Amino acid sequence: MLRHLARRAAGFAVTFLLISVLVFCMMEIVPGDPASAMLGTSATPETLAALRAQMGLDAPAVIRYLRWLGGLATGDMGVSYTYGVPVGALIRERLAVTLPLTGFAVLLAVGIALPLGVTAASRPGGVADGAATLYAQGGIAVPNFWIGLLLIMVVALGLGWLPAGGFPGWDAPGSALRALLLPALALAIPQSAVLTRVTRASVVEVMNEDFVRTARAKGASVSRALWRHAVPNALVPVITMLGLQISFLIGGAVLVENVFTLPGMGRLAWQALAQRDLIVIQNVVMVFATIVIVVNLGVDLLYTVVDPRLRKRA
Amino acid sequence: MVSRTRFPRRCLLTGALLAALALPGLAGAALAAPRTDLVLGMPVEPPGLDPTSAAPTVIGQVVWQNVFEGLTRVDRDGKVQPQLAKSWTISPDGLTYTFALQQGVKFHNGEPFDASTAKFALDAIRAPGSVNPQKALYAVIADVKAPDPATLVLTLSKPSGNLLFWLGLPAAVMVEPKSRDGLKSNPVGTGPFRFAAWRKGDRVELARSPDHWNTARKVHLDKVTFRFIGDPQAAAAALRAGDVDAFPLLPAPELYAAFQKDKAFKAEPGLTASKVVAGMNNAGKPFAEKRVRQALMMAVDRKLLIEGAYSGYGAPIGSHYTPNDPGYKDLTGVYPYDPKKAKALLAEAGYAKGLTFTFKSPQMAYATRTAEILQAMFSEVGVTMNIVPTEFPAKWVQEVMRDRSFDMTVIAHAEPLDIAIYSNDPYYFGYKNPAFNEVVAQAAQATDEATRLKLYGDAQQILADDVPALFLFVLPKLSVWKAKLTGFWKNEPVPSNDLTDVRWTE
Repeated sequence: MLRHLARRAAGFAVTFLLISVLVFCMMEIVPGDPASAMLGTSATPETLAALRAQMGLDAPAVIRYLRWLGGLATGDMGVSYTYGVPVGALIRERLAVTLPLTGFAVLLAVGIALPLGVTAASRPGGVADGAATLYAQGGIAVPNFWIGLLLIMVVALGLGWLPAGGFPGWDAPGSALRALLLPALALAIPQSAVLTRVTRASVVEVMNEDFVRTARAKGASVSRALWRHAVPNALVPVITMLGLQISFLIGGAVLVENVFTLPGMGRLAWQALAQRDLIVIQNVVMVFATIVIVVNLGVDLLYTVVDPRLRKRA
Repeated sequence: MVSRTRFPRRCLLTGALLAALALPGLAGAALAAPRTDLVLGMPVEPPGLDPTSAAPTVIGQVVWQNVFEGLTRVDRDGKVQPQLAKSWTISPDGLTYTFALQQGVKFHNGEPFDASTAKFALDAIRAPGSVNPQKALYAVIADVKAPDPATLVLTLSKPSGNLLFWLGLPAAVMVEPKSRDGLKSNPVGTGPFRFAAWRKGDRVELARSPDHWNTARKVHLDKVTFRFIGDPQAAAAALRAGDVDAFPLLPAPELYAAFQKDKAFKAEPGLTASKVVAGMNNAGKPFAEKRVRQALMMAVDRKLLIEGAYSGYGAPIGSHYTPNDPGYKDLTGVYPYDPKKAKALLAEAGYAKGLTFTFKSPQMAYATRTAEILQAMFSEVGVTMNIVPTEFPAKWVQEVMRDRSFDMTVIAHAEPLDIAIYSNDPYYFGYKNPAFNEVVAQAAQATDEATRLKLYGDAQQILADDVPALFLFVLPKLSVWKAKLTGFWKNEPVPSNDLTDVRWTE
């Protein structure tokens, strides 16, 4: 187990370095430079040169890369070109919105998909199964930003139950949660649709296996066979899918944060790219990459929890 | 001593009683006194809050006149008014400006404003390493002197008729030396509102400055929040839900008519200083040929274009001037829409079989729509225009402004009174006309207003005839605010949201 973890950590470091090189090179290739983006249509060549020097853009690429990496090693992400504040603080503020948002969305997605998928699987071809299939198809077909707009129109403007957008900050936890509910739902619905399908398919498959039949033969009721024996064994593909979806959730958060005007990582990345705030983009991508790597690691560990057989292999 | 268990209960009871007694009174007070807070929606978040170090107009739209003030200011009619300079005299040769400054003015950090700070601010703009986006406008200032705290003397290298106007722009606001390095995220000015907080990606908060020097102008608002909502649907939703009280520039012209019909809101379209022009590369084929440019101008039905690109809001223009600007001449009739004549002129220029070129379209809604409509209009006269979407600002600024690798493009020029850009060399239009350069140079030096306006009129006429760019329309100011609010600017002669006069009427 220890050696396994050490191997994972080494892999993590190599992946991290590779991604950092890739991100940096990509930012070098992207046309447009942050100084001209800031100075607009009236800039003279000399003001442009002055600003580039001020931003440290006149140094060779290798030096700039090493400077950035050295900073990262000491926990210093540099200073945003446009906002003029430390990038680390900027990202922390935004993570405080995006992490709860995606976490909330995962909870909602699982909360919808597990009962729905399992109920559908308990009687394939039944009414519940039909409803779940319909839900799954609809949820996959409709993009999350559109669901977001619909929720704004119906729940916020029509019924007036929840705010139409914006984020009051965590000083007011109640209002903050209320502000996150609709966007989380908009994110969760497409995800739950996929998860419902996977759960249903996986449970149906497991229900046909010998050990479930054995359980039934030994006198377990249908619901006991389902919940005690089939569901835990059906969870591995569901967790795999969930892990894969985290990166999609983060991508979806960009759109949903725009619709609900939430100051999250997605909006930060979006604005920074438009302004060519390269140092911000580089760090945002690294944070996203780290999250995805960590989530994958977590998913691996979860496997061993739900399926003891995998523990030996690890 | 009160026991622990009884204390809260007694507290609660007393509190409840007090609340019951006070509530009707509070409600009454709330009805009688108008609100003193305001939430303002803006489509774009400013990148930094220092208008002296970056160009985006949205910076001025938050801080200019609210946080920062200048020696002069431009008012809602586009006229120059005194501000931190209460009066001035100009020497007969137009080369020496002597300003008498307001006394007893303090920056929000407690530092005093006097002639030496004014000198610091102006010198900072002109310094060799300065990154002021409008640096070129102030290049005529040869020397700044502060003979005493109340007097500032500017010596110019040549007369400059618009200098007082330039000094009233966001790029020339007065800044204080100690705060200068942090202005991007912590703006410190002399204005009626002080910077309170910036939750990046979401909002900027301003609070009324308790000791603003200008006691003659009563400020009614105590707290102002700028919220940044980019999505047009979300912007309209925020207004309707009451999350936002006003949107000075609604990002969705197609949603504007609904607000005009709604009694809960005031929505009167005005005009901005932004001129939408389709710049052509006059340095290369086919636009080096004047007749081609004129023909394309005649191929454009500006009215229809405005209808399609901006839901009919905005005003057509015939030169690089807006109806807001002093000395404006309506030149839309120089090359009116006439596709037949356009075709004949193209044939005369050797393009009887038509021509093909590319159009770099920055990815903003108005630009993309303008591009598509122009494409359709040009095809009527046998001209094929291929649209190349070009990300704005980064890619567009590099390819069009810096590398000048383009045939035609479109952009809204937001700087007020910037007709002289056509004499810049190099500049992306690649337009070279010594006669025009001469006229704008003379106009810039004319300190007599009548002469100056006449010369700028001549300059407008030359551009209208030469068509270095297709002059399309002025961006409208599609403002929406709650019916109970008053004091907003209808037009926007300078990119701004001056909130000094804004108040709730009940």
